[in-house]
Amino acid sequence: MAEASQMKVSDEIAITIDGMNKWYGSFHVLRDINLTVNRGERIVICGPSGSGKSTLIRCINALEEHQQGKIIVDGTELSSDLKNVDKIRSEVGMCFQHFNLFPHLSILDNCTLAPIWVRKTPKKEAEERAMHFLEKVKIPEQADKFPGQLSGGQQQRVAIARSLCMMPRIMLFDEPTSALDPEMIKEVLDTMIELAEEGMTMLCVTHEMGFARQVANRVIFMDAGQIVEQNEPEEFFNNPKSERTQLFLSQILGH
Amino acid sequence: MTDTSSQIAFVQKEPIPESPPPSTAAGPVKWMRDNLFSGWLNSLLTLAALWAIYVILSGTLPWLLNGVWNADSLAECREILNGKTGACFAVLAERWNQLLFGFKYPADLYWRPTLAFVLLFVAVAPVLFFDLPRKLLMFTALYPFIAFYLIWGGTIWSPIFALAGFAAWYMVFERLGKNSFVQGFFGGAAVAAIVWGIGSFITGAIAPEEPFLQAVPSRDLGGFMLNMMLGVTCVSLSIPIGIVLALGRQSDMPLIKIICVVFIEFIRGVPLITLLFVASVMLAYFFPPDSTVDLFLRVVIMITVFSAAYIAEVIRGGLAALPTGQYEAADSLGLDYPQAMRLIILPQALKISIPGIVNVAVGLFKDTTLVSVISMFDLLGMIRGPILASTEWNGVYWELLGFAALLFFVVCYGISQYSQWLERRLATDHR
Repeated sequence: MAEASQMKVSDEIAITIDGMNKWYGSFHVLRDINLTVNRGERIVICGPSGSGKSTLIRCINALEEHQQGKIIVDGTELSSDLKNVDKIRSEVGMCFQHFNLFPHLSILDNCTLAPIWVRKTPKKEAEERAMHFLEKVKIPEQADKFPGQLSGGQQQRVAIARSLCMMPRIMLFDEPTSALDPEMIKEVLDTMIELAEEGMTMLCVTHEMGFARQVANRVIFMDAGQIVEQNEPEEFFNNPKSERTQLFLSQILGH
Repeated sequence: MTDTSSQIAFVQKEPIPESPPPSTAAGPVKWMRDNLFSGWLNSLLTLAALWAIYVILSGTLPWLLNGVWNADSLAECREILNGKTGACFAVLAERWNQLLFGFKYPADLYWRPTLAFVLLFVAVAPVLFFDLPRKLLMFTALYPFIAFYLIWGGTIWSPIFALAGFAAWYMVFERLGKNSFVQGFFGGAAVAAIVWGIGSFITGAIAPEEPFLQAVPSRDLGGFMLNMMLGVTCVSLSIPIGIVLALGRQSDMPLIKIICVVFIEFIRGVPLITLLFVASVMLAYFFPPDSTVDLFLRVVIMITVFSAAYIAEVIRGGLAALPTGQYEAADSLGLDYPQAMRLIILPQALKISIPGIVNVAVGLFKDTTLVSVISMFDLLGMIRGPILASTEWNGVYWELLGFAALLFFVVCYGISQYSQWLERRLATDHR
């Protein structure tokens, strides 16, 4: 279990967030966020609801606009230049709480659409790659079905495969298991663990503390729009420094 | 204690076998008892309904069945009927061509609109039924020019240069559109305008005195043909324009958004009749003074604009019904705006909007009869004008208007059935 967390973290920097601030109207959602993510790092972000953790990772692929500070992803700075935004988005995969598969397209088409249209991959190659990743998430037999015919866990795995088909260098997960039945959480987490073991750079907003202990090499705790505490998982769970973190942990690990 | 626990504890050791449903009475008697005579009130209503059906049929059937099909005037019909109830369908037989083509279209050229009508089915088939081979769309793209040439005739160079202009537009768009959609679109438009300008100049110079197909001016068009032409043209133009307006109304760019909102709200706030009067009388002021823009074209513009505004609102509803997650998923995969719209958003939004779009399309098709008000002789204009005003057929209201109703019903029912088939065909999300 400690093995995974010591794998392949390089010195190369994947994401730099420097003094980032964001407001919704006059509401200050993210306050002076500073974060550096190395390539191959697996970060779990947790915190109470409304603490800005989803907003933070949505800023990384520009689904949300930040108003102050710098975000540099893979050497490209996020600015209002649409070319940069599209470039970053094609490098950064994202999985959503509600999967957001395209319901009018088959599973296979869901996976091949972006490679064909954004990366200009030939159709045949895109389909081969899609099947490769669908096998990886263990649902190749569903390729011709439509998202509505799959269970939640299967849909989330398709969503992961869809992101992987773009060959991203970074994966963002926004509460990937919160909308799933308990039985299905494990199959999604297993897929994510496998991905982590292959050295994918991952930022994951989740409340799955078991997952955090097992794969993360850093846990970040956010509250009221700021990063309150970050540490290695062992230290974070066993020996939280701030009072707010202690309270949060006692509440979610209470039972 | 042991007693109660043994009562709570329970183990089902064997699966309960499947058993057939209870044998209740089946067949027509049961169906009638369930659906027609399930209580005294329902029995009473059933009997009342039967009586109403009997009254209606006993009134209309003799009229229909005794109908006279061969006569030269209403007076002759009455003579043949000799006091019996009966319809005078002879008017339909005698004025058949006028009802379909109007009273001025040259009789020896009827084959041209008829051929255009038949080809229409070939042209729309690949659009409506997307399981057909995609190559057929080539013909669909050519169809407007073929139909124009067949119906209006005249020199063949006008439709050819019109086609050349669109082809040039498409080619420029293919070239430039890869980088920027806007550049491709407007660059293409500029090139097309140049081609059309040169084309109209050359056409004026080389057009033969006696063209291969005799030219028919727009004012000679009429009858149901005119309704079909207006309906097909306006529906097929107003759907893409409606899509653009709906997207424009959702745009982040304030100027585009304001233009679209003002346009939609203004057009929706004005009755169609007003727009048609504007088309027939006032629109000429907006064109260069010595240009004569065809009345048909002016009416097409007005009806298209009118229904595009309605379709835009219908599609906006479809867009609003999509969860934002779909936009975000498209964005997060790196799709740009035109791609996201074309591949993800519009296919779903349009699917949701099908009932609304069909509603507008059916309404639009029926509204084409309003052109009779600005003295165009469409089916209704023909009936009210030349036919009912003639000495032979003065007073044959039921037969003529019933026939008009039937023609429109057939087309509109067809559209509605198609839309229901389409909705079933596209239902992928909850099978």
